[in-house]
Amino acid sequence: MLTYTIRRLLIAIPTLLFISLIIFLLLDLAPGDPMAQMPLTVPPEVRQRMREALGLGEPIHMRYLLWLKQFFVIEPLNILDQMLGTDMAGDAQRVISWQTRSPVADIIAQRIPQTLWVVGLAYVLGVAIALPIGILSAYRQYSWFDQLGTFVSMVGFSVPTFFTGVVLIILFAVNLNWFPSIYDTTHRVTDWDSFVFQIRQMVLPVTVLALYNASQISRFMRASMLDNLRQDYVRTARAKGLRERAVVLTHVLRNSMIPVVTVIALGVPTIFGGAIITEQVFKVNGLGQLLITAIQANDIPMVQTLTFIFAVLIVLFNLVADVLYGLLDPRIRYD
Amino acid sequence: MKLKTILLGAGATLALAPAALAERGADGHVNVIYSQAPSIMNPYLSSGTKDIEAASLVIEPLIRYDETGAMLPWLVEEVPTLENGGVSEDLMTITYKIKPGLKWSDGTDFTAEDVAFTAEYCMHPEGGCAQLAKFEGVSSVEAVDPLTVKITFSEPKPFPYGPFSGGQGPVIQKAQFAECLGARAPECTDANFMPVGTGPFKVDEFRPNDVISLSANPEYRDPAKPAFATMTFKGGGDAAAAARSVLETGEFDYAWNTQLAPEVLAEMLKGGKGQLVNAFGTLVERIEINMTDPSPSLPEGERSTAAHPHPILSDIRVRQALSMAIDRQLLSDVGYGEAGRPTCNLVPAPEMYASTDNTGCLTWDMEGAKALLEEAGWTDTDGDGIRDKDGMKLSLLYQTSTNAVRQDFQAIIKQWWTELGVETELKNVDGSVFFGGDPGSPDTFQKFYADVEMYANNFDGTDPESYLAMYTCDKAPKPETQWQGENINRFCDPEYDALIAELGKTGELEQRGEIAKRLNDMLTKDSMVIIPLVDRGRLSAHSNTLGGVVLNTWDSELWNAADWYRIK
Repeated sequence: MLTYTIRRLLIAIPTLLFISLIIFLLLDLAPGDPMAQMPLTVPPEVRQRMREALGLGEPIHMRYLLWLKQFFVIEPLNILDQMLGTDMAGDAQRVISWQTRSPVADIIAQRIPQTLWVVGLAYVLGVAIALPIGILSAYRQYSWFDQLGTFVSMVGFSVPTFFTGVVLIILFAVNLNWFPSIYDTTHRVTDWDSFVFQIRQMVLPVTVLALYNASQISRFMRASMLDNLRQDYVRTARAKGLRERAVVLTHVLRNSMIPVVTVIALGVPTIFGGAIITEQVFKVNGLGQLLITAIQANDIPMVQTLTFIFAVLIVLFNLVADVLYGLLDPRIRYD
Repeated sequence: MKLKTILLGAGATLALAPAALAERGADGHVNVIYSQAPSIMNPYLSSGTKDIEAASLVIEPLIRYDETGAMLPWLVEEVPTLENGGVSEDLMTITYKIKPGLKWSDGTDFTAEDVAFTAEYCMHPEGGCAQLAKFEGVSSVEAVDPLTVKITFSEPKPFPYGPFSGGQGPVIQKAQFAECLGARAPECTDANFMPVGTGPFKVDEFRPNDVISLSANPEYRDPAKPAFATMTFKGGGDAAAAARSVLETGEFDYAWNTQLAPEVLAEMLKGGKGQLVNAFGTLVERIEINMTDPSPSLPEGERSTAAHPHPILSDIRVRQALSMAIDRQLLSDVGYGEAGRPTCNLVPAPEMYASTDNTGCLTWDMEGAKALLEEAGWTDTDGDGIRDKDGMKLSLLYQTSTNAVRQDFQAIIKQWWTELGVETELKNVDGSVFFGGDPGSPDTFQKFYADVEMYANNFDGTDPESYLAMYTCDKAPKPETQWQGENINRFCDPEYDALIAELGKTGELEQRGEIAKRLNDMLTKDSMVIIPLVDRGRLSAHSNTLGGVVLNTWDSELWNAADWYRIK
């Protein structure tokens, strides 16, 4: 199992390098210009000077190699410096965002808490709601509970978040005035009241996302449970006199979880990807909003770094899902 | 005795209460929302409106423009002119006298050195300064004494107020930016995010593309201002959400650029929490005519160049007819509501420069347009509803950037032109490509591989000289200049070029106004090379409890944030 993991990690290195090259080329060859958002009153000569100041005058392979060096050498050194208080990176140029002219890594670090709080919590809540619903729906197939669960998850899955988000805002923020419509990212939790405020401003975005996540995962859970409930080993377990609770929650659930765990693990990188639409709707301004504004502004270093981080996470959680497979099912040990 | 003292004290407190309202920070907190989030607080590194306006709360220029476009001495004693001797007779220098006693928010003195440094910062050859155009023709900026700055130009400058005026020309602190010259500019993250300024607020925390926390500047020159102790400047989302947060939920006090469909705004105003303010500047939505042939059958490098005049649009009668067939009032109502008004002018304001008798295009005259085309020889000989002449169909490609209002305009205008007998093909291009200026892309507005195209443009400040100078012969985009150049129409008239040269030599403001009006008329009603459609105003929203808001299109919208107060 360990050698398998190490082998997979080693294969990941060329994979990721290849991905980074593809991302870089895609971004670079795509039409667009970081100066496009500038007002037309800025004359073309000034635009050209600004492009050169951004390093756009360099040939493409030089810019790619520079980015590789900045991302893999200078940025990790800077992180180490911050943790250890040393000065190994020195004055070396970091990956600089074209929009803000500041290090990309600092902005990402600033955005992670918002995204983890809102999108991460929504994911955890979504999973926590989805699993019991999926189990019960499958166990009592075609009961009113199953029908209701199916209906809700179909609605949650098919209605886009930009619609549910705006409906919730109009209902609860505009008409009832219960929750704020705009997320305050500067808010700090210091006492009970500020904690309540934090909960209040998280309710709407978390609800929207949790509904979306839960409906997806509950369908997987239900399908997987249904597959297992009809297996011979379940009949055997019942025949040998095990209590129904033990049959469902120990035998069936454990086997049904195997595919579901993969789905959940593969969904984790999307948390870091942020919920682009929901973040925009509620002005959470996390990683998703960062990515979309960077794309709009043609801020290539920012887009490149973010998408590459997502790529790393996806590769990593694919591996995690595979390892979890082996842990849950002793028959699969990859040796 | 004791009771009397208490009563006296109480009386005094009551008497002082109104005065206490005028104390700095007395009105607590104010929330501002911009649907585009600021990325940086240094207008010399970004010319985005969001960045310039956010920075205007903190750093200030020597001269500001008020809501009528008139110049106000902001950090200086008076606006230098020829009359008061501030501008030299030969138009080569301008001398500013700084107000004495000004301090930066860190408590140090504001001096002429800082002003001279700001020029050095922007004019550095490796800096990529976004406002470099403001410093065009400046040969030196020197601090004569701590309160006197002298700007010398390399040639006579009839309008010498480019540097250090308006939101694009704030003075930055030398002590803070001294290490940030040229290529080092992006490394100064702290300075770019939290500049030390002279404005009413200072930055406490800057989160790029998200939110700015500000507090009152303790060193601000008016001890009674600003009325607000702290400000949250939130960015992101969209115009609808920003308008909703002011007009319907009341979470925010001021929302920038709430340009939405008129009926959506009317619905939001029913929330009763706020109101809209509008003001007009120089932004004109217009159709530009291609005077050269964009036909794809021409070889690359000759398409849309002066070598081939446009086969249809070279005839002024066709251009005239296209303009007459448009009902500008309807367009304005549909697209912009209160924030728009029909115009025939390229320079619609300020008053001094705006042509007053150019109103002919405001009358919608479909029959007249048809007659004009008949006269020009365009008739429908084969009965397919499209006019033709010498075997060529009157067919036009009409392009613009992707934007809901522009696509509405395209559809409506297409209807009118079809009625006129002009076949119209519509095309829209993503804004980042259209305005991107990439010489390799066929879809940029400069390359103009279409017959007509629509977009909006305006000019900075109040002087239209550089704006009108964009239409001289030599500024036409062509392959030799990598398709750079602002004369999108490839308009070329020696008389126009001569008049521009004359404007460049005229210092007297009234005469400048006369020349500008003539230039405006030459481009619009006389030649119909530009078909102005709508004069687009600015529409912002503020809550009913926020007082002192004066919307200004000539400078930053937040130009008078020091005067804002809470209506109790």
